[in-house]
Amino acid sequence: MGLLRYIAVRAMLIVPTVLILYTLVFIVLRILPGDPVLAVLGTKNIPPEQLEQIRHNLGLDKPYIVQYFEYLWNVLHGDFGTSMVISGRSITADLLERLPATVELAIAGLIVSLAIGITTGFIAATKRDTKLDLGLRVFGSVTYTLFIPWLGLMFQLIFAVWLRWLPASGRIDPDVGLETVTGFYILDSIITGNMEAFRSALSHMILPALTLGLVLSGPYTRLVRTNLVKALESNYVLAYHARGVRGSRILLHAFRNALIPVVTYAGLQFALLLGGAVLTETTFDWPGIGTYLVEKVSYRDYPAIQAVVIVFAFFVGVISLIVDLIYALLDPRIRY
Amino acid sequence: MSKPILIVEDLTVYYYTLKGIVRAVEEASLKAYSSDLVALVGESGSGKSTLGYALLNLVPPPGRIVKGRVIVNGVDVLSLRGDELRKARGSLISMVFQDPFTTLDPVRRVGDQILEVLLEHGVPLEEARERVVEVIRAVGLPERMARAYPHQLSGGQRQRISIAAAIALKPRVLVADEPTTALDVIVQKQIMDLLDDVRKTTGMAIILITHDIALAAERATKIAVMYAGKIVEYGPKDKVIGDPLHPYTKALLKSVPDIESREWPRPIPGTPPDLRKPPSGCRFHPRCPLAMDICKRKSPNIVEVEPHHYVSCWLYEGGEASG
Amino acid sequence: MVEILSKALTRILSTIIPSRVSGRGRALVYAGLAIVLAIVFMAIAAPLLTPYDPTRRAGRSFQPPSWEHPFGTNNLGYDMWARTVYGARTVLIVVFLSIVLSMAMGVPLGLFSGYYGGRIDRALSMLMDAIYAFPSLVLAISLAVALGPSLFNAAIAIAVVYVPTYFRMVRGQVLSIKEELFVEVARALGIPTSRIIFRHILPHLIPTIMVVFSLSAADAVLTEAALSYLGLSVQPPTPDWGYDLYKGKGFVLSGYWWLIFFPGLMITLLATGFALIGEGLSEQIRRERL
Repeated sequence: MGLLRYIAVRAMLIVPTVLILYTLVFIVLRILPGDPVLAVLGTKNIPPEQLEQIRHNLGLDKPYIVQYFEYLWNVLHGDFGTSMVISGRSITADLLERLPATVELAIAGLIVSLAIGITTGFIAATKRDTKLDLGLRVFGSVTYTLFIPWLGLMFQLIFAVWLRWLPASGRIDPDVGLETVTGFYILDSIITGNMEAFRSALSHMILPALTLGLVLSGPYTRLVRTNLVKALESNYVLAYHARGVRGSRILLHAFRNALIPVVTYAGLQFALLLGGAVLTETTFDWPGIGTYLVEKVSYRDYPAIQAVVIVFAFFVGVISLIVDLIYALLDPRIRY
Repeated sequence: MSKPILIVEDLTVYYYTLKGIVRAVEEASLKAYSSDLVALVGESGSGKSTLGYALLNLVPPPGRIVKGRVIVNGVDVLSLRGDELRKARGSLISMVFQDPFTTLDPVRRVGDQILEVLLEHGVPLEEARERVVEVIRAVGLPERMARAYPHQLSGGQRQRISIAAAIALKPRVLVADEPTTALDVIVQKQIMDLLDDVRKTTGMAIILITHDIALAAERATKIAVMYAGKIVEYGPKDKVIGDPLHPYTKALLKSVPDIESREWPRPIPGTPPDLRKPPSGCRFHPRCPLAMDICKRKSPNIVEVEPHHYVSCWLYEGGEASG
Repeated sequence: MVEILSKALTRILSTIIPSRVSGRGRALVYAGLAIVLAIVFMAIAAPLLTPYDPTRRAGRSFQPPSWEHPFGTNNLGYDMWARTVYGARTVLIVVFLSIVLSMAMGVPLGLFSGYYGGRIDRALSMLMDAIYAFPSLVLAISLAVALGPSLFNAAIAIAVVYVPTYFRMVRGQVLSIKEELFVEVARALGIPTSRIIFRHILPHLIPTIMVVFSLSAADAVLTEAALSYLGLSVQPPTPDWGYDLYKGKGFVLSGYWWLIFFPGLMITLLATGFALIGEGLSEQIRRERL
C-alpha cells in the first residue's frame, strides 16, 4: 500500500521534467528554425503550392500554441506524427523498431561500467594507499575523458581489423536469420534457441558495450572506493570486529553500505549513458535510436528529432523512478 | 578471593603517526575479578579508550601494542592470532561503544546483527535464534524489536541492542567505552542499571571507560585513574574516592561540582601534556602542586600502598620502595 | 569588473604557483596545464609547425606516417599533421566561446536566483534541473540542428547545455554563503544588494567556478568533438579533429590507423588536460577547507 503510493508520487514528479523538456524542444525545433519546411525542402525547387500542402499536412500552418497542444495530445497517445522527409512514414513505428537495440546496448554498457567500476573501486579501497590504488584512481579519472568514437574505432582496428577476433560493426550477422520476438536480439536468440544467432549477437555486442562501459566506469571506481573506505572506517565496522565477526563478512557488510550511493549515481548517470549510446551507436553502425537521430539530423527531419528528444526525456524520467525504487529497497532508512 | 578473570600487565600502546610516536598507553596494569565494575577514569586524551581497545587487541592503525599481556580467563588475548583472536572477541571479551547511533549497521535488522555474532562463533542456527530472543529480552526490550532497523530505535534502545550483541555469547569481560555519554540523563541511568544487572547475574567483569568521575563513584567497585597514558592510582572505589592518594586524583575530585559540599569546583591548572613528547619523570609533575626534584627526573613505579590500593607517586614510594 | 578579474587571477596564480600548494593537487594541475598549454601553443604557432596548408593536397593519398608527413595523409592527400595543428584552433575557439558564454549566463542567473529566492528561483531551478538531467549531447545536437551547422552555432549549442552546471553550482554556494555573518553585516550596513553580490559573495565563488570551468571545458571538448563528428560543427574543409575522426571511420576496414588514431588522441588529450586541471584544483580546495 505504502509502496504503491510512493511509486505514484515519484511518477508524478516525472511529469514536470518531461513537460519542460517537451516545451524546450518545441521551442528549439519548431520556433527557432523559422519555417522548417522551407529549411528542409526550400532548396529542392518544389513549387510553392506543394510546400504549402506539405505545411498543411504537417499542421505547420496553424498557430504555435495550437501546434503545441495538438502535438502534446498526439504524443500522449503515442503518436509522434510522420516524417517530414519520407512522407507518410510513421515516426512511432520507426522508434519502436529501433528502441530495443538502444535499450539492449544501454543495459550492456551499464553492466560493463558497473562491473569495471565496482571491481576497480573495491580493489582500490581494500589496497588503500598502495601503488595499485593510485593506478586504479588514475585509470578512473582518465577513462572518463576518452572520446567514445575514438575508443570504439581503435577497438575496431585492433580486434576486428588486425586480430580478426570480433566483428567491427552492426548488431548481428544478417545470414543467421534470427526470428525477432521482443526485438532484443540476445534475448530472442535464447527464446528461439538459435545458438548461432546468440553467438553472433553476443560477439557484435562485445566491442560497443566495452567502449561505452569503459568510458562510463571511471566515476563508479571513485564512488565505490570513497564510500567503501568511509564504510570501513565507520564505527559499526569496528563494532563488528569487537564482536568477533569474520573479516570477510564485515567487508561484505561494508560493501553493501557503500553500494547504496552507487545506485543513486547510476540513475543520475543514465543521461550520460544515453548520450554515450548515441556516439557508440554511430561508431558501430548500431541500428538504435542514436543512429536514427543522426540519420534524421542529416536530413533535418525536425518531427523525428523532436520525437527522439521526447522519448529520451521520458526514458530519463522512468529510470530515475526505477532507481528511486531500488534505492528504497536497498536502504531501509528510506520509507515510503 | 578467587582468581582474577582479567589481568592486564605492562600494557603499552603507541601510535606511529607521521608527526611522531604518540605514547598513548604506558605500562598499564590492572586486575579485575568476577562481577567487578572497574571504572577507568581520566580526561579526554588520557589514553583510556586506547587501553579499552587494546584489551580486545583491536587498536586501530597506526596504533600498535608494543608490549604487555592481557589475560582473560587464563587466555592471553594479545598472543592470539587470526581466527583464534576473532573467536576470542565476542565470546571471551567484548565491547560496547560510545555512540549507539553509528555502531550498528544501518542497513541490517538488529536481530540479524545479533544472530550473526552467535553464528560466527559456531552456535547452531536454531539455538542461535532462541538466544537472540533471550538476550533481547534480557536487555529489557520486547522480542519484536529484533525485526527493527537501527534508525527505527531510540538511542537508549540502540545501546541496549549493542549491549545485547556484545553479551550474546556471555563473555567474561565487557569493555564499555563511555556507553552513556551520548544519551540523556534518564536513559543513562537505565543503561547503567542494565549493565549492573548483567554484571551481577552473569558474573561478567565490566571495564567502564568514562570521564565522569561522579558516575564512577556511584557505580564502580574499583577505580583506575589515568593521566597522560599512565594509570596513576588504582584501588577499591571507597579508597580512591574516600581517601585519594595521588595528587592528580585529588585534583580531579575537586574539579567536579559536588552538590553536598559548598565548595566551588576547582579546575586543575595547566593542560594535559602532548603525548608525542611526554614530560620527563612523572608525567604529572608540571601540573603537580607537590612536585619535588625527583619527580622531574625519574618516573615513579606503581606500588601497593595499602592492600589492593596502588599508586604511582614519589610521595609514597620515597623511603620504602626500591626507587 | 577589473577588480574581480584581478582578484580571480591572483587566486588562480596562488593555487598554481608552488608556495603553500601541496603535492598531489599541484602535480595534477601542472600535468593538465602542460597538456593544455602545449595544445594552445600548437594552435597559435600552427604555421610555424607545418609547411602544409591543411586544406590542400600535400602528396599522395593514404600515406602512413613518415618524416615528410608525421601523421600521414588522408584520402584527399591532405597532410594530417597540418590538419591536427590547425584543427587545434577550431576546437579551442569553440570550447573557449562556449565556456565563456555558458558562464556568462549561468553564473549571474545562479547568483541572483540563489540570492533572491522565491518563485522565480523555484521556476529557474526546475528548468535548469530538467536540462541538467537530460543527455547533454542529445540536447546539443538538437540545438545545433535548429541553428544550422557552423562554428559559432556549435559554440552556442554547447554553451546552452552547460548553463545548468554553472547555475546549480553557483546557486548552491550562494544559498550557504548568504547565511553567513559577513553578508548579514553588509546587509545591515545598508550596502546595496548588487554590491553585496558582486563584491562580497562572488569572490568566494571564484575557486569553485575555476574548478567547474576546467571540468566543463573537458566536457565541452568532448561535446564539440561529438558535434563535429556528427557533422554539426564547422563545415569541411576547415580542419577539425572530430570531423577528421569521422572521415577516418570510413577507412577502418582498410586499416589506415593514422586517420583515426591521431585526431582521436588529440581530442582525448585535450579533454584529459582540462580534467586534470579541474581535479587538481578541486583537490586543492578540499585540502584548504580541511
